[in-house]
Amino acid sequence: MNKKQTRWRNRIILALVLFVIVMAVTELLPLASLLGGDRQAVYAEFVLFLIPYLIAGYDVLGEAARNFVRGRAFDESLLMSIATIGAFALVFFPDSSPHMAEGAAVMLFYQVGELFQSYAVGKSRKSIASMMDIAPEFANVQRNGEIVEVSPEEVSVGDLVIVKPGERIPVDGVVIEGASQIDTSALTGESVPARTEAGSRVISGCISMTGVLKIRAEKPYGESTVSRILELVENASEKKARTENFITRFARIYTPAVTVSALLLAVIPPLAGMGSWSDWALRGLTFLVVSCPCALVISVPLSFFGGIGGASRLGILVKGSNYLEQLSKVDTVVFDKTGTLTSGNFSVTDIQAAEGFETERLLFMAAHAEAFSSHPIGASIREAYGSDIDEALVSGVRELAGHGVSALVDGHAVSVGGEHLVAQKPEEHLHAEEFGTVVHVSIDGRYAGLISIADAPKSDSAQAISDLHAEGVKRCILLSGDRESVAERVGKALGIDEVHARLLPADKVDKLEAIMADNIGAGKVAFVGDGINDAPVLMRADVGVAMGAMGSDAAIEAADVVLMNDKPSDIVRAIRISRKTMSIVLQNIVFALGVKALILILAAVGVANMWLAVFGDVGVAFIAILNAMRCLDVRKLAN
Amino acid sequence: MRKAFKILGIDCANCAAKLEDALKKIDGVQDVKINFFMEKLTLQANDDDFDDVLERVENAALRFEPDCEIVR
Repeated sequence: MNKKQTRWRNRIILALVLFVIVMAVTELLPLASLLGGDRQAVYAEFVLFLIPYLIAGYDVLGEAARNFVRGRAFDESLLMSIATIGAFALVFFPDSSPHMAEGAAVMLFYQVGELFQSYAVGKSRKSIASMMDIAPEFANVQRNGEIVEVSPEEVSVGDLVIVKPGERIPVDGVVIEGASQIDTSALTGESVPARTEAGSRVISGCISMTGVLKIRAEKPYGESTVSRILELVENASEKKARTENFITRFARIYTPAVTVSALLLAVIPPLAGMGSWSDWALRGLTFLVVSCPCALVISVPLSFFGGIGGASRLGILVKGSNYLEQLSKVDTVVFDKTGTLTSGNFSVTDIQAAEGFETERLLFMAAHAEAFSSHPIGASIREAYGSDIDEALVSGVRELAGHGVSALVDGHAVSVGGEHLVAQKPEEHLHAEEFGTVVHVSIDGRYAGLISIADAPKSDSAQAISDLHAEGVKRCILLSGDRESVAERVGKALGIDEVHARLLPADKVDKLEAIMADNIGAGKVAFVGDGINDAPVLMRADVGVAMGAMGSDAAIEAADVVLMNDKPSDIVRAIRISRKTMSIVLQNIVFALGVKALILILAAVGVANMWLAVFGDVGVAFIAILNAMRCLDVRKLAN
Repeated sequence: MRKAFKILGIDCANCAAKLEDALKKIDGVQDVKINFFMEKLTLQANDDDFDDVLERVENAALRFEPDCEIVR
């Protein structure tokens, strides 16, 4: 609680104590006989209850007066003041039973509720703020041979920044000196540390864990990743979801509508001779108490804000409440292949040795034969070998364009390449089960085995597709520029429902439009790409999702949802978060409107009293806020 | 020039939206945004008279909501 809230609380407690005392006095003391008459007793009660009422509500009354002067007729404080003053004023109706206690109590509980609300909002602000606590607070810059501590905004491009263990990297840059493990979890939600050394690019917001780094700043703070992310998440609430716009429009109509009904309720039935003026006036006043839509006006945006903030902790950046809403309705997910479902790099996926050979020896020989090759296949074989290549062992290298390479390795004649190059008897060849490119190896004229090389699916791609299906996504579609056989096989391996191959970038837009046209009236269509050359498709889709966007400005620009990690499974998490957020929003709308409608009906027929109405106002708002705060907690959805 | 300030003492999202509408009409304000949850006011105005505009914005905000405070 802050100072203002503490004072507010103390005032409410004081009013509450006085209220109880007055209550006891009026109930227990025989006021009527003491003061000589029932009417006198009622006036005495009137004055006594006015004391806690004014202590609790003088600020509300003041604000109401201000708003009244300015013509803001449908302000909450004004309506609440009218309702409570009205309850007191009933005393002047000749045939009324007194309602002073209720008037004072409504004001008291209204204030209790407002205080709770203010506390809950403050609390959620704090959890959001701690969630956004990824901004560096200072930067140690080397200037004129000295190290000065400045604020990150003061770092200019080209400055040398020193980052000690445990400190946050203030701006995007390149490591000049030093090596360290970097904790990127603030940006990606992943706690796997990444190794950095001289020459690596580092991103602001990450924490250097083990070593001192000297970094040359490449971007000013305002353009660095961390401030772009913060800006994006903070501004996300400005792109309103349709549900939010509905609530805004609803709020604009609701208050005047209830106020007018209250007036009609208080006037028409007694004119028609259906009962006493004071009875209907009380019903009208009860209406006024539930006339504020605050439960919705606060809790709905808070839910979206919480969902977006929570997602950002997992490295999922949603650029607007509207996109979160769209994402929850996705029933078709269209994937780009290369770089999205597959890693985009060729790598060895399978090694099979023929009889009499060992896979390690096979790889050793092949890697050395390819020692000087610039072809991606050679590079991926060397990478699979992993150890250093001893170039001294290699001689007589002959590259046969399109076929492969042969060389003398450690005194053995090695050939690596297509079927024609390595053996005379193709029937001896092993067969690769994997998709992709296969190279065969022969050693000293004997067939030694094969190595398959492919752009392999990412480790979590298949799981992501099956999780999407489990989440109720009807169709997962693959768009690929590759030839049919490759795309089909990847699609099959991952459990994709539809595959479209041989697409040029422009064809992908057409295909996506066709898919969206098919899907009209059903759910929304999301496109997931790597954001490098599929910007038009990202923009065309209902929801464009770019992945692997750590440090890629273009992807952050083009997409609606940005996955900082390079993991297809994050799309599942994003959809889960969006659905949870939307269901909480819906719960709050149904709950708040339901309770208010019920109270309005009960009040109209004279069953509900002011006590119930005040619960319908502040109680409902408080519960709705607590419920909305659940949106912040996304950890359970992570797995 | 575009600058962000902390704004304290705004009680509800509704009031923030109303205040934002009111501040947008002030002379010299090119754009103003109030983010209720972040308690942030972002003001865009000409460089030359930015401070004057900010002064006007602050006064108007105080008239609208006496409790509010713009932290510079």
